Amino acid sequence: MSRRFTPSVITANALLSGEVVWLCADGQWSPDPRAAALFTDADLAQDRLAWAQGQAQAVVGPYLAGAKSGPDGPEPVHFREAFRRRGPSNYPHGKQEALCRG
Amino acid sequence: MYRHNDFDQAFIRQRNAQFRAQVERRLSGALTEEEFRPLRLMNGLYLQLHAYMLRVAIPYGTLNSAQMRQLAMIAERWDKGYGHFTTRQNIQFNWPKLGDVPDILDALGEVGMHAIQTSGNCVRNVTADHFAGAAADEIADPRPVAELLRQWSTDHPEFQFLPRKFKIAITGSPNDRAVTRAHDIGLRMVESDGEPGFEVIVGGGLGRTPLLGMVVRAFLPRGDLLPYVEAILSTYNSFGRRDNKYKARIKITLHELGLDELRSRIEARFAEIRPEWRGADQSILADIERDFAPPTFRKAPVDAFETAYAADPVFRAWADTNLHPHRAGGHAIVTISTKAHGATPGDATADQMRVMADLAQRFGYDELRISHEQNVILPHVHKADLPAVHAALRSAGLATSNAGLISDIIACPGMDYCALATARSIPVAQEIAERFHALGLEHEIGAMKIKISGCINACGHHHVGHVGILGLDKAGVENYQITLGGDGTETAAIGERAGPGFAYDEIVPAIERLMRAYLSLRDGPGESFLQAYRRLGPAPFKAALYPEEKAHAA
Ligand code: HEM
Ligand code: SF4
Repeated sequence: MSRRFTPSVITANALLSGEVVWLCADGQWSPDPRAAALFTDADLAQDRLAWAQGQAQAVVGPYLAGAKSGPDGPEPVHFREAFRRRGPSNYPHGKQEALCRG
Repeated sequence: MYRHNDFDQAFIRQRNAQFRAQVERRLSGALTEEEFRPLRLMNGLYLQLHAYMLRVAIPYGTLNSAQMRQLAMIAERWDKGYGHFTTRQNIQFNWPKLGDVPDILDALGEVGMHAIQTSGNCVRNVTADHFAGAAADEIADPRPVAELLRQWSTDHPEFQFLPRKFKIAITGSPNDRAVTRAHDIGLRMVESDGEPGFEVIVGGGLGRTPLLGMVVRAFLPRGDLLPYVEAILSTYNSFGRRDNKYKARIKITLHELGLDELRSRIEARFAEIRPEWRGADQSILADIERDFAPPTFRKAPVDAFETAYAADPVFRAWADTNLHPHRAGGHAIVTISTKAHGATPGDATADQMRVMADLAQRFGYDELRISHEQNVILPHVHKADLPAVHAALRSAGLATSNAGLISDIIACPGMDYCALATARSIPVAQEIAERFHALGLEHEIGAMKIKISGCINACGHHHVGHVGILGLDKAGVENYQITLGGDGTETAAIGERAGPGFAYDEIVPAIERLMRAYLSLRDGPGESFLQAYRRLGPAPFKAALYPEEKAHAA
C-alpha cells in the first residue's frame, strides 16, 4: 500500500557554497525557490530525484520536499522548508539577505 | 597555558594538507560525497540547513588572546562576522564555504587550534570546569589531565571507530561545573588519605535516553588514569552495540550489562593492560603540568574595586552576579555574558572577540575560557582592574549582569541552523530573556538555569536544566515540552516532563506562569527554584503550567 504522493520540489545544498538550491524544470539548480519545478507525479519525482542524486559535482544531499503551488511558484508546506528558503530567525542572513537585495 | 609542541604542529600541518587534498578531490569529482562525508566530519565540517558549519575545538575551554583574535579574524574573513560558542566548549562557524575551509584550518593551525575529533565516533573534545586553575573551591587544576587525555586520544588508532561518539569531562572541584554525570566518562578529582586521584563516573549521556553516569571506581590513583580510561574505551569498543545507533552509547552498554558486570569487565581489562604502562605518561604529564603553572598573581590594593562597588550601582549589580571567588588573594573570576537580553546565547561578534582578547591580554594574564554555559570567562583578574574591565565590556555590549539568572540560557542552534532540528530554540531563548527583563523579575527570581534543545538529541542539555525546554515537531508545527527539576551539578538529576507541550506562542507565557508560581511558593528569597521544586514536588508547578486542567478537575 503506497501513501498518496505529496507534490514536491527537489532541494539540496550547493557543493561549494553550501547554499540551499532547488531543481528547476530545465535541470539547472537555482538559489531561488520560486524557480523550482513542482512535481505532482510520484514516478516523475522519483525519476528526477535519482537524476539529482547523480549530480554530485553540483549539490549535496538532494531530497524531495513537500510543496504546494502558489502565485510566485512553489511554496513550502512544512516550516523546516520555510526556514530553508528564508534563513535563520536570529539574523538577516541566508536567503532573506539575497531576496531583500532583490 | 599549554602550547602546541613540534609534534602537535607537524601533526596538524599534515592533517590540514591531507584535508586540502581531500577537498580538491571532492571538487574534482575523484571523491563522491559518501566518501568525502566521513573525511570532512573528521575535520569538524558539517553540512547544516543553510550552509556548511565548521566546529573548532577549544580543548578544556582554554584559549589565549592570540587564539581569540584569530577566531575573530576567521569570523570576519570567511564567515559572517561572528562565531557561536557551544555547550561542549567548541566554537562553531555557521557560514564557511567548502573551498575556504582548508585555509581556515591552516589559520587555526597557526595558533595551535584545530577541528579534529569534533565529530565522529571518537573521543571528542575533552571538556573541563571553566573555572579550572582559578576557582577558590578547587582541589587541583584538571586541565593538565585533560590535555594528557587530548594528546593520548587524538588520532589514537584503536579508538577512531568506536560504536558512537565519546565525551569526557573533568572537574577538579567538588562543585561540579563540568556536568560530569552527563558524560560518557566523568572524572572528579578527589583525595584519599592525602593521595590524589579520581572518582570515575561512566555511562552518562543525554539525547533520547537521558541517563546519569554511575561511579565505576570511587578512587583511582592518579597514575592509573590513562590505563583505566583505555580499559573503559577498550571494553566499550568490544561490547558497545553497533547494530543500533540509538543504543550505541556506553550509557546503554552500562544499562544492558549492569554496573557490576561492566565494572568487572573494565577492571579485568585494566588488570591486563596496566603492566604495559611504564610511566612515560606520567613524565609527559609532569611536563604538561609545568605549562599550566599558575601565573604569578600580582599583589596590589583593591581600593579601586571597593570604591566603584560603593559608588556605581551598575558595576555593583554586575559584580554581584558575574564575579566568582578566586583562589588568589585580590583576584576574581569574571564571567562575560554573551547573553545580552535578546541576543543569541553563545554568539560573539569579531569585534567582541577582540575586546575580550584585549582585556585578557591587558588584565587577565592572557587567559580566556569558554564555559559550557556558552559564556566567556576571564579566569584571573585583579580586583583593582575590574572597574576598567567592566567599562570596556559595557561599551562592547558584554556587561550584562545575568550570569546564573533566568536570561543566562543555554540554547542549541535549533532549526535556525541545525539540519537535525525539529523546532527552533534560539528565538525562544531570546524571548524569555526579553520578557523577564521587561518584567524586571530576573534578579528577584535569582538562580535559574533554563536550557533549550531543538530536538531530542539534547545538545542544549535541557534534561539538566532547572527548567528544560525541548522543541518538537508536532504534526507540522513547533511544539515545546517542559521538563522540571533537572540539575547538572554534583547533585545531578534528570528533569521530569511536566505534561503536554506548548505551541511556539504559548511557551514564554507558560514559563512566566511557572516563575510567578515559584515566587509565590518559595520559602523566601533564599530558596531557589530548584530547592523549592525539591521541597514541594512537581504538583504546584504543574498546576501553574496547566491552569485549565486544574479548573477542569475542580
Ligand atoms: C549543529 C550541528 C549538530 C549536530 C548535527 C549534532 C548532533 C548531535 C547528536 C546526533 C546527538 C545525540 C547523540 C547521541 O545521543 O548519541 C547530540 C548530542 C549532543 N550534542 Fe550535538 N549536534 C550539533 C550541535 C551541537 C551543539 C551546537 C552543541 C553545543 C551547544 C552540541 C552538544 C551536544 C551535547 C551536549 C549533546 C548531548 C549530550 C550527549 O551526547 O549525551 N551539539 N548532538
Ligand atoms: S539538539 Fe537537535 S537541534 Fe539542537 S543542535 Fe542538537 S541536533 Fe541540532
